[in-house]
Amino acid sequence: MADDASPASITPYPDGPLIVRGDFEIRSTDGAVIPNGRATVALCRCGVSSIKPFCDGTHKLVKFRTDDA
Amino acid sequence: MSATQYVSLSTESSSAFPMAARGPLSHKLMTVLADRPETTPVDPGLSEAVGAALAAADSVVYDDDVQLSLFVLYGLHYGSFAGISPEWEWQPALIGARLELERAFEAELRSTVAVPALPEPTGKAVAKTLAEITAADAGPSLSRFVAKKATAEQLGEFLMQRSVYTLREADPHSWAIPRLTGRAKAALVEIQADEYGGGRPARMHAEIFATTMRSFGLDAEYGRYVDDVPAITLASLNVMSMFGLNRRLLGAIVGHLAAFEMTSSIPNGMYANGFRRLGYGTDVTAYFDEHVAADAVHEQIAAHDLAGALGEDQPHLVADIVFGAAACLAVDGWAGAHILDAWTAGTSSLRSER
Repeated sequence: MADDASPASITPYPDGPLIVRGDFEIRSTDGAVIPNGRATVALCRCGVSSIKPFCDGTHKLVKFRTDDA
Repeated sequence: MSATQYVSLSTESSSAFPMAARGPLSHKLMTVLADRPETTPVDPGLSEAVGAALAAADSVVYDDDVQLSLFVLYGLHYGSFAGISPEWEWQPALIGARLELERAFEAELRSTVAVPALPEPTGKAVAKTLAEITAADAGPSLSRFVAKKATAEQLGEFLMQRSVYTLREADPHSWAIPRLTGRAKAALVEIQADEYGGGRPARMHAEIFATTMRSFGLDAEYGRYVDDVPAITLASLNVMSMFGLNRRLLGAIVGHLAAFEMTSSIPNGMYANGFRRLGYGTDVTAYFDEHVAADAVHEQIAAHDLAGALGEDQPHLVADIVFGAAACLAVDGWAGAHILDAWTAGTSSLRSER
C-alpha cells in the first residue's frame, strides 16, 4: 500500500515486478509520457515482458527469482 | 394463489428469464419467481424439489438442474433478471433452498478438490503456496488452443461461454469488501477499482467485454447465452457467488480471486493472439490485451496484499484461502477441459439439448 507521506511508492514484489502507486508519470528517454492505463502499474523487472516497461506476467514462465521470496 | 395459476404462469417464465429450465427444480423455481412474492404461499414447496434434485444428481458440480437453480437464486442477489421482483431476494423459502443446494455443492468441492499442505500464517508463506499451486496449473491448455488452432466459430463459443461470468466481471468478489478490514480490504478495493474502470464507465472490464462481444457479432445482453452453456460453466460462476455471498467463506473468496488473477495475464495474451490470428481488430482484442497488463498488477496485489495479509492477520482463514484458490483452479480447469475436449473431438462445446 502507498505511504500517505510520499507522493509515489515503488514496491518490489518477490519473484515479480515493481508495483508503482501514487502520483507519478512514466516517460520515455525522449521525454514523452507513456500512458499508465491504470492507477497502479507493474513495471517489468525480469526483462522478458512483451509490453515493457509494463509487466505481462511472463516472469513466471522464465522462473524469474528474487532473493526475498 | 393456486397451484393452477403457477402452471399458467409457467408459460410466462420464458419471458421473465432469458433461459429455459433444465429439470424439475429449476422449472419449479422459475415458475415461482415469475409470480410476485406477496401473492405466493410462504412455502412454495421448494424444499422437496431441492431434496429430489440433490438425490437425483450424480455430481452436483455437473448437474444442469442444480447449477441452473443456483444461478437463478444468485441472480436474485445480483439483480440478473429484470422481470423478477426484487422482493424475492430475502424470502425465507428461497434462502432455505439456496443454503441446502450450497451445502451439497460445497461438500462435493471439499471432497473432490485437492488441497496442498497448508502454509504458515505469514504473508510470504501464503503467497508462496498460491504461487506454487497456480504455477502447477499448466495442464492441457485452452488458451494455447485458442491462440493456435481455434476457428472463428470456436472463438464465438469461447466468448459465449465466458459471457456468463464476464458480463458481470468482478461482482462476485466485491461481496467480500465489507467483510474485510485493514490492509486486505484496501488491497481488494485497489483491484476492484481497476476492474470497475477507475471511475471511467467505459473502462469497466464488463463493459470492455461487452464491446468485444458486439464487435464479434454477438449479443451482449446479460444471460443471452445461458441456454447454450453447460452446467460446469454455470458452476464456475456459482462457486464464486457461493464463496462471495457467505461471510463464513471469506477466506475462500479471497483465495479464489488470488488464483483467478494469478492464472490470467498469460492466457489472456494467448486469447488476444488467437483473435488477431483470424484478423479481428482491437475492438475485439482490447479486452484480452487489457487483462495482460491489468492482471499482472492484480496478481501481485491479490497474492501478497490481499490473501497474504489476510492469512497473516487472520490465521484461522489460511485453510479456506488455500481451499478457495484450489477450488478456483479445479472448477475453471474442469470448465476449460469441457471446451477443449469438445473441440479436439470436433464437436461444439455448447449444449445441444435446448
